[in-house]
Order: sequence, then C-alpha cells, then structure tokens
Amino acid sequence: MDVLLQQIINGLVLGSMYALVALGYTMVYGIIGLINFAHGDVLMVGALTSWTIIRMMMEASVGMPGWLILLLATIIAMVVCAALNFTIEKLAYRPLRNSPRLAPLITAIGMSLLLQTFAMIIWEPNPKAYPSMLPREPIAIGGAVISVTQIVILAVTAMTLAGLMFLVNKTNLGRAMRATAENPRVAALMGIKPDVVISATFIIGAMLAAIAGVMWASNYGTVQHAMGFMPGLKAFVAAVMGGIGNLAGAVVGGIALGLIESLGAGYLGQLTGGVLGSQYVDIFAFIVLALVLTLRPSGLLGERVADRA
Amino acid sequence: MTQNKTGKLIVFVIAAIGLLALPILLQATGSNSWVRIVDIALLYVLLALGLNIVVGYAGLLDLGYIAFFAVGAYMYGLLASPHLAEHFAAIQAMFPDGLHVNIWLVMIAAAIVAGIVGMILGAPTLKLRGDYLAIITLGFGEIIRIFLLNLDRPVNITNGPKGISQIDPLTVFGFNMGQRHTLSIGDWTYTFQPVTLYYYLFLFFVILAVVLSYRLQDSRIGRAWMAIREDEIAAKAMGLNTRNLKLLAFGMGATFGGMSGVLFASFQRFVSPESFSLMESVMVVAMVVLGGIGHIPGVILGALVLAGLPEILRHVAHPLVELTGGRLGPEILRQLLIALAMVVVMLIRPKGLWPAPEHGKSLAK
Repeated sequence: MDVLLQQIINGLVLGSMYALVALGYTMVYGIIGLINFAHGDVLMVGALTSWTIIRMMMEASVGMPGWLILLLATIIAMVVCAALNFTIEKLAYRPLRNSPRLAPLITAIGMSLLLQTFAMIIWEPNPKAYPSMLPREPIAIGGAVISVTQIVILAVTAMTLAGLMFLVNKTNLGRAMRATAENPRVAALMGIKPDVVISATFIIGAMLAAIAGVMWASNYGTVQHAMGFMPGLKAFVAAVMGGIGNLAGAVVGGIALGLIESLGAGYLGQLTGGVLGSQYVDIFAFIVLALVLTLRPSGLLGERVADRA
Repeated sequence: MTQNKTGKLIVFVIAAIGLLALPILLQATGSNSWVRIVDIALLYVLLALGLNIVVGYAGLLDLGYIAFFAVGAYMYGLLASPHLAEHFAAIQAMFPDGLHVNIWLVMIAAAIVAGIVGMILGAPTLKLRGDYLAIITLGFGEIIRIFLLNLDRPVNITNGPKGISQIDPLTVFGFNMGQRHTLSIGDWTYTFQPVTLYYYLFLFFVILAVVLSYRLQDSRIGRAWMAIREDEIAAKAMGLNTRNLKLLAFGMGATFGGMSGVLFASFQRFVSPESFSLMESVMVVAMVVLGGIGHIPGVILGALVLAGLPEILRHVAHPLVELTGGRLGPEILRQLLIALAMVVVMLIRPKGLWPAPEHGKSLAK
C-alpha cells in the first residue's frame, strides 16, 4: 500500500472537516472579534443529534436507504445546531458585546463547558458507536484506499464551500456580512441591522459545524460529549494559520493542517526512529500555531481585507 | 479612630485563632478527610492567587495554568522518588538509594523553570492580541499532558499514565511532615496528623502569597499591569514597556504555579497526568473569575467555594443522583455549576462575587 498517497487522502478528508469548522470561527471572529470557544461543542451537539435521529429511524425501520437517513439526520442536526448557536449568541454573547475582551471570552469557555455537561446529562458520558450509513467497501486507487464516506466528505465539503462563497460574495446577506465585518457602525448607517447579520453569521457557522460533526462521526465511527474539543481547537489553529477573519484562509489553513497532521502521524515514527510515535500527533497543531504567530501573525492569507466576512 | 484600630485587631486575632484551630476542630470529627479537603482547598487558593497575577492584574487569559503546576509537581516527583534510579542505571550507580533532593532546592528550581517556560511561551504571543495567548496556553497545557502521558517509552521518564509514586514527604529543617508527631505538655498529649501539619505549612504559604500579592498590587509594577489591563495603548503612550511587563506577569504567575506544584507532589506523594487536565485549568480560571478578578479576598473566596463545592455536593447530591437514575452524579453537577457560574457571573456580576472597590474604571464594565 502506498503510504504517501494514503496519508494525503486521509489528510484531505481531515482537512476538509477542519476547514468547515474553521469557517465558523473565522466568520464570527471577523464580525465580532470573539473566539467562540463553544464552536467545537456545537459540532459535538450536531454529531450526537444526528446519532439520535439515525438510531430512532433505524429502530423504527422506516425502510429508507442509508444515505437518505444520513441526509435527514444531517439536516435535522443543522437545524438544531443553528437554533442552539442562535440562542447562545443571543443569551450569552450579545449582552457582553461592548464589554472588554476578557468577559465574552470567559463566557465562551463557560458555554463550551456547559454544552459538554448538558451533552453528558442528555446522552450520558460513555462513547457510542456511530452506525455507518454508507457502503463500507473501500475503493482502491493507485495503491491506497478511500472509503465511500471519505469521498462523500470531500464532495460535500466542496459543495458547501461553493455555496458559502456564493452566499458571501453574491447575495445581499453576504454583502451585509462583509460590510459589518468592515465597520459595524457605518454598516448600520447604510441600513444594515448588525444584530441580524451577527445572528445570521452564528446560524451559518453552526450549520457548517453540524455538517462537520456528522462527517467526523461517520468517519471515526464514535460519538461522545468530549469529541468537539480537539476538532474545535485545531480548527481555530487552522483559522489563525490561514489568517483569521479570512474565509479562503480558513479553508487553506484547514486543509494544510489536515495534511500536516496526517503526514506527521504517518512518518513521525519513521523519522525519529520510533522515539516519537503517532500519539504525539495532537502537538503539531500547536507547534504550527506557535510558528505562525511568531513568523507571520496575520496568517498565510491575512491582510486581504476585501475577503473578510 | 483608635476604636476602629482596636476593632480591626480583635477581628485579626479571632481570625488567626480560628485559622490555627480549624484543623484541630475538624480532626475532632474523627477522620482526616475534612482536613485533607481543606488542605487541597488551600492549594487551590495558592494557584488562584498565582493566576490572579496573570488574569487579574495584567488582564491576560491563561488557559493552561495547570501546566506550570504540573511542571513543579513532576520536577519534585522525579527528583525525590526512587523512580529515576529504578529506570536509569547511571543514576542508580550515583544514588543507590534513589534521588532525594531537598524540597526547598527543588522549589527554587521549579520556580525558575516554570518562570522561564512561562516566558518562552508568552514571548511569541504577548506582542499580539490577548486571544492568541488564551489559545496557545490552552495548547501548551495539552502538550504537557500528552508528554507526561507518553514519555514512558522508549525510555521511561514520566512512567506514563501510571504516574510517579513513593515521593518523599516534606521536611522542614529535618522535621518530617509525613509522620505523626506527638506533643506532650505534662500529662496532656496531642498527636498531630500529617494532614494537620501540611495545613499549617500551606497556610503559611497562602499568607505569604497574599502578602506578596498585596505588595505587588501596590508596587510600580502592579500599577503598570493594571494600566495595561485597562488600556494597553494608553499605557504604552505613558512610556510603559507593555511587552516586557506582560512577560513578567506571565512568568511570575507561572512561578507561583510551579511552587504550588512542588507542594502538591509532596503532599500527595503521588503524581499522575490525570491531575493536570484542562478541566483543572478552567477550574482555576473559574475561581479567579467567580471570586472577583484582581481582588485578593474575592479570589480566595472563589477558590474556597469552588474547591469545597464538590465535597458538599458529594453529601447533598445523593437524592438527586437516585432521582435521575445516576445521570446527575456529583462530578457532572460540579461541572454544571462551574460552567453556569462562569456564564452567569460574567453576565450578571462581571466583576465577581466580591469585587474590588471601584477605583475609576475596572476590568469589566
């Protein structure tokens, strides 16, 4: 089996999930300058919601094909997450919008912890197997294998990104979002309601996170209340890497980080002669973050203000 | 005026007697467990006071604070236990009885190492916006934990998830705090348990930390930190070297963490990566925030409340656990309360339960 090709495929899949989550971070940060620590936990809620829906539908044996059940579960998860993130923003972040930066940041951490705790109460803390709804036979390409789930992840990410780019660049809402990111006051003078735009941003971010959550669960086959922490953290690193506030940057950063991690996991053991194994893979993200912040704090694609949303 | 002074003196004396008598009274319940709980609470107070320098004075959010605690704890764990000698022939040859470095030497070393690590960590991020610091410290906390968990292969340094045990107890001028000591005056004898002795030691350190914190707060450096916290650009315009000052705050907070870690290791006589999870870092932040950011009595209150909470819950939560079929265990309740406290306190009382008296504008409006 070709290790390099295999790790590149895995990296692209991982990276596209990071990219979807990173977009949520970067959009929120671009508009209100807040690191939404709870974003990773929205992903977790999405994954667990879809798990519940799938289980209910399988128990009821509705006789639908697997992909349709997965699609329905994803849509419901998106709606739930959108409602959740909308509520979080309204209750916890909006009242603190004009207070010093530390206050909303601490609230966001509390919110993340709160979501995890609720998830523990609702879904119980044990890890649960996520049923695989798509055909399981892997497809061989040039010495490597790719599963149907992974192909779907890549395709859905591409479609979602295209949709988002259209929304941000071509629609009125997108224009309003870009204007608010640029200068909320002037945008308000132009007849844009910043509160509506901010709510819309949180809703869109939550939907992307829900999609990523379902993907994550399908790809790894387990769901748990703590599953959102690491993807959330790494997606933030990806967003910073690409230049926070920059949509294209989030995608580039996400995919780059996915590739770095997966190639690192594949070759770290070999390179260090077995001293450091793949259990250290989680460290890469932070080394990347430290390097980016030291060498190029504005990120790979930073400073291109026109792309901000 | 004199009456006021006498009143203060009386309060002070009563407080001092109360604090000194507390472990003896708790001991009267017949077990060590309550004194132990108070000991742990005092360690949390130390940690919270250290973090208060970073978060409260300088306004920098450190989400990996427990990592410095881990650095101190593991330093003492490695330097004062048979572990290293058991696994390295060279050390075994040099120290046949295992390493037993004096705790005070380790404490000084831990303070220096933690401080340096803190500065290295802060250096790339502190010139940037505060948010990045939060993420990079969070990442650092995780990195330390990953290393502690995995450095048992290929050479066994940290003993992995099993942790390091048989750590030396603390000795003060040859006085071993890990043993019982009996005090006898005439016919009357009293046996001091190790937990009680540690209580007095930790109390001493807490008082030291409080005095230090107050002195820092009123010093030129402390005032500079608060100026940076309120308005960094204005502080810079006043000629303050904001970057170095922030580094200093960060390093000093780390020093506190490292020293508390040494105390923790000698008290528990066992360290494992489990004690240094992200949840612990968040908990210390919650203590500072809940009590009153930057206000020392508030921070102490926050630490005591949150450290005592799980113990109280353990006794109170039983009916709730049964009612919900085991879903709402004491651990989950504790996490729920901490999370709620962080959100609700920020929304309703952004300055904490016992905030600093107003001096112009403060941290949170």
